[in-house]
Parts: sequence; C-alpha cells; structure tokens
Amino acid sequence: MVVELQTNVQARYNGQSEPVVNDFTLMVATKNGSGSQTSNEVLIRSLFRMGIPVGAKNLFPSNIKGLPTWYSIRASKDGYVARRAVSEIAVAMNELTAAEDIQNLPPGGVCILPKEWKWGQRREDIVYYEVPVKETVAAAAVPADFRDRISNMVYVGVCAQLFSISLDIIRQALLDTFGGKEKPAMMNFGVVERAYNWAAENLEKVDPFRFEPMNETAGKILISGNEAAALGSLFGGMTVAAWYPITPSTSVIDGVLDYRHLRRDPDTGKETVAIVQAEDELAAVGMIIGAGWAGARALTATSGPGISLMAEFVGLAYFAEIPCVIWDITRTGPSTGLPTRTSQGDLLFLYTLSHGDTRHIVLLPASVGECFEFGWRAFDLADTIQTPVFVMSDLDLGMNIWMSDPFAYPEEPIKPGKVLRQEELEAFISEHGEWYRYKDYDSDGIAYRTLPGTDHPRAAYFTRGTGHNEKAAYSERSEDWVNNLIRLHNKFKTASELIPQPVTDYDASKSIGIITYGSNDPAVEEARDLLAADGLETNYLRIRALPLTQDVIDFVLNHKRVYIVENNFDGQMHQILRMEIPQDNRHMVSLALGDTLPMTAQWIQAQITRLERQPVQEK
Amino acid sequence: MPNALGLERTDYKGAPSTLCPGCGHDSISNQIISMAYDMSLPMHRVIKLSGIGCSSKTPAYFMGRSHAFNAVHGRMPSIATGATTANRDLIAIAVSGDGDTGSIGFGQFKHLVRRNVPMVYIIENNGVYGLTKGQFSATSDEGQRLKYYGLNELPSIDLCLEAIIGGATFVARSFSGDAKQVQTLLKAAVSHRGTAIIDIISPCVTFNNAPDSNKSYPYGKEHEIPLHEYDFIPAGYVQPYEEITADYEEGQTIDVEMHDGSRIRLKKLDKGHDPRSRHQAITILEQAQREQLFLTGLLYYEEPRQVLGETLQLTDTPLTDLPKEKLRPSKDTLDKLMQSFM
Ligand SMILES: Cc1ncc(C[n+]2csc(CCOP(=O)(O)OP(=O)(O)O)c2C)c(N)n1
Ligand code: SF4
Ligand SMILES: [Mg+2]
Repeated sequence: MVVELQTNVQARYNGQSEPVVNDFTLMVATKNGSGSQTSNEVLIRSLFRMGIPVGAKNLFPSNIKGLPTWYSIRASKDGYVARRAVSEIAVAMNELTAAEDIQNLPPGGVCILPKEWKWGQRREDIVYYEVPVKETVAAAAVPADFRDRISNMVYVGVCAQLFSISLDIIRQALLDTFGGKEKPAMMNFGVVERAYNWAAENLEKVDPFRFEPMNETAGKILISGNEAAALGSLFGGMTVAAWYPITPSTSVIDGVLDYRHLRRDPDTGKETVAIVQAEDELAAVGMIIGAGWAGARALTATSGPGISLMAEFVGLAYFAEIPCVIWDITRTGPSTGLPTRTSQGDLLFLYTLSHGDTRHIVLLPASVGECFEFGWRAFDLADTIQTPVFVMSDLDLGMNIWMSDPFAYPEEPIKPGKVLRQEELEAFISEHGEWYRYKDYDSDGIAYRTLPGTDHPRAAYFTRGTGHNEKAAYSERSEDWVNNLIRLHNKFKTASELIPQPVTDYDASKSIGIITYGSNDPAVEEARDLLAADGLETNYLRIRALPLTQDVIDFVLNHKRVYIVENNFDGQMHQILRMEIPQDNRHMVSLALGDTLPMTAQWIQAQITRLERQPVQEK
Repeated sequence: MPNALGLERTDYKGAPSTLCPGCGHDSISNQIISMAYDMSLPMHRVIKLSGIGCSSKTPAYFMGRSHAFNAVHGRMPSIATGATTANRDLIAIAVSGDGDTGSIGFGQFKHLVRRNVPMVYIIENNGVYGLTKGQFSATSDEGQRLKYYGLNELPSIDLCLEAIIGGATFVARSFSGDAKQVQTLLKAAVSHRGTAIIDIISPCVTFNNAPDSNKSYPYGKEHEIPLHEYDFIPAGYVQPYEEITADYEEGQTIDVEMHDGSRIRLKKLDKGHDPRSRHQAITILEQAQREQLFLTGLLYYEEPRQVLGETLQLTDTPLTDLPKEKLRPSKDTLDKLMQSFM
C-alpha cells in the first residue's frame, strides 16, 4: 500500500521534472522548547558551509515550552533570502500541527514524519518518508536526559541523506553550533549518522529536491540582526546600556553581554560598559538620558510596549537636547499584540514620540550589515545632533540569522559632537565672549554643550524640560518658546543631511517606483526580478532613515506610480510621505501587509501586477 | 570668610527662589548652601537633580555653578543612576517631594536605594502636592481633612521605613525648621558612600490646610483661581508667612505649630538609638507611626556596601573620560570576530 502510493508520486516526477537543486524551502515543525533550535541551526550552517545561499525564518510562539514552532530554511541558488509562503518540504515533528503542515504542502511536496505516529499517507500528490525517530535515538545509546532533545538530530540525518548533505559537512556544522566543543557535538553526531545510515538503507528517494555545493558563501558570515546591533554598539563606543527584557529585543543586550569582553580594560580587567537591568522601561530610558547628559554613549533596546512607556522621557531628551540611542525591535501591536511576530508598526509612533511638537531621527536598517553600521553610527548621530536617535529594526531582522559580508570597520573616528571640555570652553568664551547652552552659534541649529564635571566656573547650566531661553533659563515668554522650536526645526534639517541617505536604483526610462524600508528589502529585490521577468520594470528606493530627504521626494515626484511597500497594517510610511510631500502625491499607492509575518516577494509581485495590469480607475 | 577652596558662602548660592515666602523648601535650600560651603564642595563636580514639584524646583536656588537636571515627575532616580554610572566622580545631590517620591516615583525610589546609587536624596516632605495645588499625597496623615478633597482615609506611607526596607544604607529624618540638625545630617549624607536618604518634613505654607483653616483654599477661592493644575503659584495667592523653626535637644519631644494652626510632634533621637540596627530602626519608626510623631535624626546607617559602579565592576576612570582607544576595539579584533561567524 505504502509502496504503491510512493510509486504514484514517483511516476509524477519521472514524467514531469528535472531535479530541483538549491531552490526550495525546507520547513521543520516542532514544539517550542524541544531543542529543535540546535538541529535547525545545524542544517542552516551545513548549507552555508556547502556554499549555498540560505535564509532562515523562525516562527515561534510566545511560550517557553510546548506550543508549535516552525523553522523554515530557504536555499536559493539565486541568492534570495526573503520568506516564501510555501515550503516544498515539511519535517513534521509536531503531531498537533502535522495535519495542517501536510495540508499546506504543494503538490509534489515532501513530508518527513515519525513512523511511530502511524499516520498513514493520505495525500497522494506528495511524498512521505516515515522515520523511526524513537528507535534511532534508543539505539544510539544517548544518556536518558538528552534523549528528547537529541531526537531532533534524527531529522537532520534523514534530511542529509535524502537531500545530499555530506556527513562531513554536518559534523563541521555541529562543531560550529556547539562553539567547537567536541563532546556534545559528537554525541549529536552519533544520532545524525545513525539516522543517515538508516535512511540510506531504508528510504527510496522519489522526490526531486537536492542540495549541491556552490561557491556563494565563501567569506560570508551568518549572524542575527540583534547580535549585529550589539556588536555595532560596542564598536561605537557605547558605555552605558540600560534595559528591561522584552521580546524580541532582549537578544540585543544578550549580545552586549556576550561581547562586552571586547571592551574590557586589559590593564585592570574592569568594564568600560555599564549594563544595568532596570526595573522597567521608564527607568531604562531615564538611565540612558541621565548617562547621555553626563557624557556617556548610552543605549537601550526595547519593543513597542517599552516605547509606549518611554514616551514622556523621550520628549524631555528631545527638548533638553540630550543624546541617547534607543533600539526598537518591533513586534506586532497594538498592545501586547503578538510578541513573537514581526511588524513595522511603530514607525509613526517613533517619528513623533511624546506629547507636544516633537520629531525624531529614526534609522531603518535593512540588513545585519546595517544593524552593525547603524549600531555605531547612531551614537555619532545622537552626539552630533544632541537628540535621542531611534533605530527601528524588527523581529524578523533582529532574531533570525542572515547571511552577510563581514562587517566593515567604522570608517570614521568617534564623533563626540559639540562638547566643550574645560579648555575648549575657555577658548570658546575668549572667542565669543560668552557661552550659552542653547544658542545657535553655527546656524545649524546645533548648540554647544558642556558636561557635568567640567572644571570651569562657567560650565554649568540648568537642564530642564520646561520652557527655556538660549541661556537655559526658565522662560514663559512666547518669543523664547518659538525661537527655540525654530532652532529645533533647523536642527532637524541639519540632521537630514547627516543621517544615512536612501539607497536608490533609478533609471529615468521607468515609470513605476517602489519605496520600502527595513527588512522588506530582500522581498522587494526579489519581487523586482519577478516583475521584470514578467515585463514590469521598476525603480527602487530604500529609505534608511527619517526625516525624509530631498532624494525621497524627488523619487516620488519622478514616477507615474510609486508603491510604498511596508509591513504594517496602516501604511505608516505612506502616511509620512503624504504628510511630508506637499506636491500632488496621489500616485503613491500603499502596499501595507501587516499580517504578522515577514514580507514575501510573491505578495508584492501579486499586488503590483494586479494594479498595473488592471489599473483602478484614475481619479 | 572663604572656605578651603577660597569661596565665600554667596558663591554657593543659586537664583532667587520663586517659592511662596515661608515655604519650608527654601529653608532646606539654605542649609544645602551652608553645608556645601562648609564642606568646600567643588561645585563643578556636583550635579543637582530633581523631579517635578515645588520641591523639585529648588535646585535652581542653590549652587548656581553646578550642573542641574530637572527631570520628569518621579523619575529623577533613573537620571541619577545613569549620570553617576556614566561619571563616578560626580557628587549627586537630589531633591524630590513626597508626591514625586512617594507616588509617581515610588518604584524608582525603591530600586535606587536597592542599587545603592551613590548620592544624597532629599525628600522635601510636606504631605501634600504643592505644585498642583493641594491634593493629598501618599504621606498625608490618615484622617486628615481637606476642604476640597475631603477626608484622607488611607494610611500614610513612611518613606524612611520604605527606604530601610528597600535596602538603603543611610536613612535620616529631620524638620526644615531645624537648621542645625538638617545641616548635620546633610554633611553626614554627603560623606556617605551610597544612597543617603533624608526625609525632611517641610511645611507647605499654602496648602497644608486644616479643616477649619480659612487661610488657603478659601483664600484661593476668593481669588477665583480655578482648581486645576498650575505649575506655578500665582502671586497674591499666598499670604506671607514666617518660616517655622524648631530648636530642641536630643531625646526631647516638641510640638510645632504649622501655618494652618495644626500641630506636628517631633522627637529627636538620642544616644539610646543605635542607627546600625535595622531592626531597631524599623521598630521605633513603626511605634512612632502609632504615636503620630516624627522621629528625627539618623535612623539607620549601614557600613559601606558596594555602590552601583562597583557592582558593575566599572573602570576607575569615569566612563565619560575614557580615551577613544578604549571605546572602540581595533580593526584586527573585528576581523577576527568576523572569522568566528564564517
Ligand atoms: C506625569 C506627570 N503627571 C502629573 C504632573 C503634575 N504634577 C506636577 S508636580 C505634582 C505633585 C508634586 O508634589 P510633590 O512631589 O509632593 O512636590 P511639592 O510641590 O509638594 O513640593 C504633580 C502631580 C506632572 N508634572 N507630570
Ligand atoms: S505651594 Fe507649598 S510647597 Fe509649593 S512653594 Fe508654596 S509653600 Fe512651598
Ligand atoms: Mg509635596
């Protein structure tokens, strides 16, 4: 019976198709907390070692143990790393979701599942491989404590055999995953090898999917966005990090803890980075504002609910002009929302966070490389512009591992901004005959500050969130208030020249433009190729920071139609563009997904194709 | 007479106060000035921190040559934590109110003392929200009645008890009119390595109303000041009062009459109290609460425990003074690190 069904499918493939090489997605369904993270990492590292471009998406629940989790690994010979909605191969290790996982397979798909479930093989248009998971582990003589977790290695071995990953590569990947520790690596390898051999002897391969070595990952690294952010911050001279745990931002600070030894003072063994776990986000942001005021490079990392709590304090830092860096690793909101699902839903909130007339700088990294770069650059910007700088990453970029070129060493030295230490203050006063904290001496909106502790009788000033004049004195005069806001406005203009500029691919002959930001970039790049293959050529602009720059406005105005692709429900960047572009902007079309999952190229392609091919009535 | 730094007392002054004449908070500012002058505090190293409230305005009124940070309501402790962590050489002197510390900032207060952030933390406790015009605070007496807000049926929070329970290493109470004691305690507090909490009873001349008082609310009503929040006290709203003072001996109990005719009872701790005993401190504070009197003096003191910067194992050089090469690892370090991710 079983053999018969398999023969059916085999017949389909035999009649139909070539082998599918390095161009499919393998999805592993397990239970949260079952230890599958390790086995999945081994798989992705193996492909990476084989030189195959890979992308990983971990779809996990807000739960410590037991709820379903899906990990998909995309191999792409063309180098695409965005999420695909469809997986050709399902490793169904969670009995609770298996029915759905199997249902979701496309015709011709592959399902690997434990033999002991005795599920049978109901779909005739897919391939089943049933694997004796328990038996294999039992035979491997693994200590009882490890058996459950290590059972995940069975699917690693089976996949390796079925889809052609060599055992040697797996062994290397295990060593990578266990940080070079032989003992656990080899214990796991024992199970992998056993499963591999079992599959070689017992399974007849009838599906077309195969990995083949390539040479596309040499010299590249695999890293998560949050780890990259931590490293960037450490290379950016961060001296204070205060935080309150929240998914998906926690691993930013975990990264700082993991690598702060890079900054440990070699002479004394003491720390140059203070890491304070605060009692809440109100305190976390207060600490970095206090530290930034005193002259530290201070950072916090949080997510939406934390940002909501920080709103009042951030307004103070904006108005009193105190540098600090706030990473928002966004998740799905409003409210607690879906803590383990991705979104770009905080954009508008960050842009004008706090009451009154406020505007903020928001950096929008799209890759792990930019997480590193913006990690150090954010401090230079905060110090230079004397204001809080937000960096908005998201769960997808922050928590998943991504391929990247090695990070480039910061090309610019640390920029402390306009800080007058003792001698500089003396020189300043002898040149200007005065120094006032909020006076615009350089006509760029940015004033000079002094730090507490500066040994000069005129260094002190009064920092306040209340109305103040350029001498930092309390003032209720409306002229003082307005002049101050005008200067802050000018400062913001200066900022727009200093922030990361958009990345553009523009050709005047094309009339369709796509604008996006952040982690949608890989999906947009892929969608453009799909569209082009279908005859729809597009230009592309990726916004890397707010405030908007003239380039963005020009790009919008230079097209017949511009699609704003983003991963929130309300089309928040679209709203900002409409607000900031005074000219006719009705040709902007919002493509806002916001379905809690990372963006896919297929969705973008489908939307643009639909709208371009059957245009809605022009207004 | 110049102090050890060659400075006069006037050098330690700040801008003229804009508080109501006779406000207890002004007496405290004066004592801070005297203490700083007497102790020859280097003003460039002092940071003055506060939240929001009449009390929190006072850093403007002393030590004009020191950097100051008037933060948001109740959240000064986190500013203090950040600033002193960034620069361990700073001498932090903070002023807060009973609303600022006992309500909106209660959590930050408790966590500050738990971390033993090195600083002087003064609470100017008037049992009322001064700046928003006379609401009950969490330290208002149980059973107190206000014309507009009615009867306070909730027990009052004793901020000294809270500090001791929270792990504070220096806890004292005083009365703003007792210049000598306030000064002594301030000097001890500045010398303390760790968080030093001083809760100073500081009468609000304007809003500390007794039920039959005809001096404040009714007065305000007459002047048709609407009862919503003001961040200033309008001129003419306040009758000039004399500052209330109290001079009494150790072990002595005295009654002090407030501006509104109500009385508070103060008892000065004597040598019988061992401030190193946490247990004793808690016991006598609870007893004083039952007897409705305020114990003044040094209530609790702990041998220096590690301060936050030590807990964090920070460099001796303040983080804000680290040379650039200590702020950014080398290119070689990055390249090696990148290898480990390949
Ligand atoms: C977030 C926030 N909520 C409310 C206020 C209004 N507010 C200003 S001062 C104050 C109470 C101050 O009381 P206290 O700390 O006892 O100081 P006092 O004026 O009595 O010295 C309040 C509620 C504010 N400034 N910020
Ligand atoms: S209202 Fe009360 S606390 Fe405020 S300044 Fe006047 S007397 Fe002082
Ligand atoms: Mg008060």
